[in-house]
Amino acid sequence: MRMLTFAKRNTKEMLRDPLTVAFGLGFPLVLILLLSAIQANIPVPLFEIEQLAPGITVFGLSFMTLFSATVISKDRGSSLLQRLYTTPMTPLDFILGYTLPIIPISVAQSVICYVVAIILGLDATVNILLAIVFILPVSILYVAMGLLFGSILNDKQVGGICGALLTNLSAWLSGVWFDLELVGGAFKKISYALPFVHAVEMERAVLSGNFGEIFPHLWWVLGYTAVTMILAVLFFLRQMKRQ
Amino acid sequence: MEAIKIEGLTKKYRDVVAVDNLNLIIKEGELFSILGVNGAGKTTTIKMLSCLTAPTEGDAYMLGKSICREPSAVKTFIAVSPQETAIAPMLTAKENLELICGVYGFSKDKSEARIKELTSLLGLDDVLGRRAGKLSGGWQRRLSIAMALVSEPKILFLDEPTLGLDVIARSELWDIIRALRGSVTVILTTHYMEEAEALSDRIAIMKDGRLLVCDTADEIKRAAETDSFEEAFIRTVKGVSK
Repeated sequence: MRMLTFAKRNTKEMLRDPLTVAFGLGFPLVLILLLSAIQANIPVPLFEIEQLAPGITVFGLSFMTLFSATVISKDRGSSLLQRLYTTPMTPLDFILGYTLPIIPISVAQSVICYVVAIILGLDATVNILLAIVFILPVSILYVAMGLLFGSILNDKQVGGICGALLTNLSAWLSGVWFDLELVGGAFKKISYALPFVHAVEMERAVLSGNFGEIFPHLWWVLGYTAVTMILAVLFFLRQMKRQ
Repeated sequence: MEAIKIEGLTKKYRDVVAVDNLNLIIKEGELFSILGVNGAGKTTTIKMLSCLTAPTEGDAYMLGKSICREPSAVKTFIAVSPQETAIAPMLTAKENLELICGVYGFSKDKSEARIKELTSLLGLDDVLGRRAGKLSGGWQRRLSIAMALVSEPKILFLDEPTLGLDVIARSELWDIIRALRGSVTVILTTHYMEEAEALSDRIAIMKDGRLLVCDTADEIKRAAETDSFEEAFIRTVKGVSK
């Protein structure tokens, strides 16, 4: 009950921010439309809708990190958390209350991306539903990053780190905008040591029905999700104690 | 009956002693103020009593429950209105109150009844449907106090409740705080001498984490040999530093 009340509040807090709606839902759609228009004029295999849609869907989740980190850091700054820490709410209520609202928002964002992709020519197969299911661990990874950054940064820092740095890293190191093979070297090694490209390649494999190619990308995503969530919980509890 | 019994409460941050061996008894229904200059230890004391910060030494008993050993029990009958306005800015005033009702596990009917009661007590009717973040400082403070009162706390901490408010808004908040006297034990921290004098049954003056005096405003003035409470405060604080 307490957790659900808090989760409901966090959902309202995020969805009532016009920037959330504009960036979280609008920006990925603009990218799909723009890159599809480029593809229509100058065909590039990377920007074919079967390749592009899963990539943009994963990239769009980087905004979920920004939204959750912003809400948490603002709550810390405004003393709202301090007030709530003096109530019977438990640490689990807080952690789930911040985490759970983002997951349906992430799924909604993915559904919208795939619907637009279908309008742009993506085959409407059952694999799209599976791709939406496989987006869940990826969205939990991005939510965990939000909990982590929101626990250690103030709202201005969140804007810089999550709004600029993370979204750019998530874009460049994911193989959505350019083929990582073309750059190669250390850049490619670093990209494959991080979860972003694995999330994109996992989604592409699911969407294309090449289920054997889901691995090892799924393990990378699940591993990063578990480690990030553990770190996020530890840092959240630490800031809670410091309050 | 005792609402709060503080025994040797101490808080140290590395080399800094924020609160030093504080001993106090506060009676049920009392309106008790803690005064002091910046860094006196007022906010740290409130943070310890409201289970936000663990004491380094000592303990305090809130209606007989230890803040060190029984913080969960203590949290069921205390409430805090922090120094900074602690509201959810994108929610309406009513939704903020509903949030706190939900946090305390109220049913829908009980929530509605309690919100109606508090709306009437704090005169929130006109702003109930407005976004909290868009309200003026005075209304935000009222809402913040209403949120603290949702759970019908037996002990209420008000940390600098009128800081930054204009004269009218402050006077209106004083009336609200006065209305609580007797039914709730109120612990108030403030920088404003006139506020402490006008509202409090007793006043504690702290400096550098230590309790200098704890008495009624009249007794503090008499001991300092002055008719002005502000002058009595200055003499009390300066007297110790000599």
